[in-house]
Amino acid sequence: MKYAVWILVGLLLVFHQDYWQWSNTTLDFGFLPRTLTYHVGVSIAAAIVWALATKFCWPEGLDEESEHSSQEDAGA
Amino acid sequence: MIQLGVIVVYLMLLVGLGLSANRLFRGTAKDYMLASHSIGPFLLLMSLFGTTMTAFALVGSTGRANVMGAGVYGLLASASGIVHSLCFFLIGVPLWSLGRRHGYTTQIQFFRDRLESNLIGYLLFPILVFLVVGYLMVGVLGGGAVVETVTAGTFSGVDWLSSSGYGVPSEIASAVICCVVLTYVFYGGMRGTAWANAFQTSVFMVLGVVTFFVIAKAIGGADNLFENLAIASKQVPEIQLARQKIPKPVFFSFLLIPLSVGMFPHIFQHWLTARSANAFKLPIIIHPIFVMIVWVPCVLLGIWASGPASGIPAATSENAILATLVQSHAGPVLAGLLTAGILAAIMSSLDSQFLCVGTMFTQDILLHNRSGEHLNEQQIVRAARYFVVAVVGVTYLLSLILPRSVFDLGLWSFTGFTGLFPLVFAAIYWRRLTAAGAIGGVLTVLVAWSVLFWRSDFGANPRYGFPEAPVNLGVATLPPLHPVVSIFVASAIAIIAISLITRPPSEKTLAKFFRK
Repeated sequence: MKYAVWILVGLLLVFHQDYWQWSNTTLDFGFLPRTLTYHVGVSIAAAIVWALATKFCWPEGLDEESEHSSQEDAGA
Repeated sequence: MIQLGVIVVYLMLLVGLGLSANRLFRGTAKDYMLASHSIGPFLLLMSLFGTTMTAFALVGSTGRANVMGAGVYGLLASASGIVHSLCFFLIGVPLWSLGRRHGYTTQIQFFRDRLESNLIGYLLFPILVFLVVGYLMVGVLGGGAVVETVTAGTFSGVDWLSSSGYGVPSEIASAVICCVVLTYVFYGGMRGTAWANAFQTSVFMVLGVVTFFVIAKAIGGADNLFENLAIASKQVPEIQLARQKIPKPVFFSFLLIPLSVGMFPHIFQHWLTARSANAFKLPIIIHPIFVMIVWVPCVLLGIWASGPASGIPAATSENAILATLVQSHAGPVLAGLLTAGILAAIMSSLDSQFLCVGTMFTQDILLHNRSGEHLNEQQIVRAARYFVVAVVGVTYLLSLILPRSVFDLGLWSFTGFTGLFPLVFAAIYWRRLTAAGAIGGVLTVLVAWSVLFWRSDFGANPRYGFPEAPVNLGVATLPPLHPVVSIFVASAIAIIAISLITRPPSEKTLAKFFRK
């Protein structure tokens, strides 16, 4: 799952470069330019991917490690 | 006059907030600079977001969308949503952990320790302060321009104010904003800054959304919200709805700009305030959504302002688009409140930047070379304050001499920080990085940035790209790209090449920074 999440991050960067709709002047919902609608979608997708990253790719033990080192420093 | 009154009340409120935080100040330099590592997830989210959203995000994005169209959102906002969180995850969390374990307060302390080199600190200090000054100018210029535009006509009849449209001159407004931020930073330190950031971030997000709907109603003139939105978007020239004004290579280049967050010294200091590593999770997830909430209305307002129904004169400067919209379409009380919201965004970045330059001066120069060893905690805090005042003074004077578009000034500052990104990334993830490689990389950024800034007519040519003309590489043609690409690549190559031909760091240092 860890690798899948990093692949998703890579895909976000690839899909960010949406050259295929460069000249699209469509207004979605009557007011939102298509380029804006698409990149709002990218922003929401980014939040979802980062939520997955914090669940599946989070480095374990950092808090305990830092707490332990701080106590050692204080004791030294 | 009502607008001005509301703005003054808001500024006084901020000073009061700083004074309140001062009552909780523990009197130590660590509390002043890092709030004693006590900041939880919500406050960390608000302060990181408030700090990264500046005049660049509000004044700059609206102005640039007015010039280049709706593609400005993809150019920077959605890219920031991905890349900022990536930096918080890949750079912020490990640096927080190393900072807690080894007691760092500044980036330079980390680099000196990791690279076993004092020189890297003396080299980085002036470069980081210089780039922060460029970033500070964005806020100082942006704040002044907004107040001058919104208060235009307040002092009609006062002859000497005719050049500022009988409003508060931007020079005076900028000076007042600097003084207010200095006051609450001085009294509140990092704790005051974090509180003020959370407060101001809430203010500018709420008032930003209110601004959007008020202006939509004024342009649309109908009772139905969606009808107003549709009318406002349909009166815009078609080219503003697409991205033809943005060259594709430039759009690609801009993906690198948000990497600058990884090297912002004020963001590093905010990272270290976190209570725990887990406190980073909320900012990492929510940051893209917050960026969206702020940028979408700004970009829409920017493109609407290019249509005839907006009432915005065609010659209006980029920096004044947002304030002119507010002044033209909101009543005096609301205009005052909305201006306070814009100032909130600007000041929530200035405060962190002021605090960080003071911290860097005391930790990386004063205490590091032992000239400040005889000073007690209060004297150290005082020395930091004197240095901050000097830096703010220089920034203010530069903003008078070098008035530029907020957007372009910000871009050049970010370009420099992005050029330094390979350094921080290598320092965390590459055991083979050496001091010589790091110094070579920093010098490469210094030279490349200076030459390209000069070639761009000191930032006055917003369309400057490098290479300056397309280069035929045989199999493909290299188009002109934003200078950030060349600087980033040159920096990475210098760091890798020089590190590989110089002696690796000692095993003791590697054991301190890398798990086996």
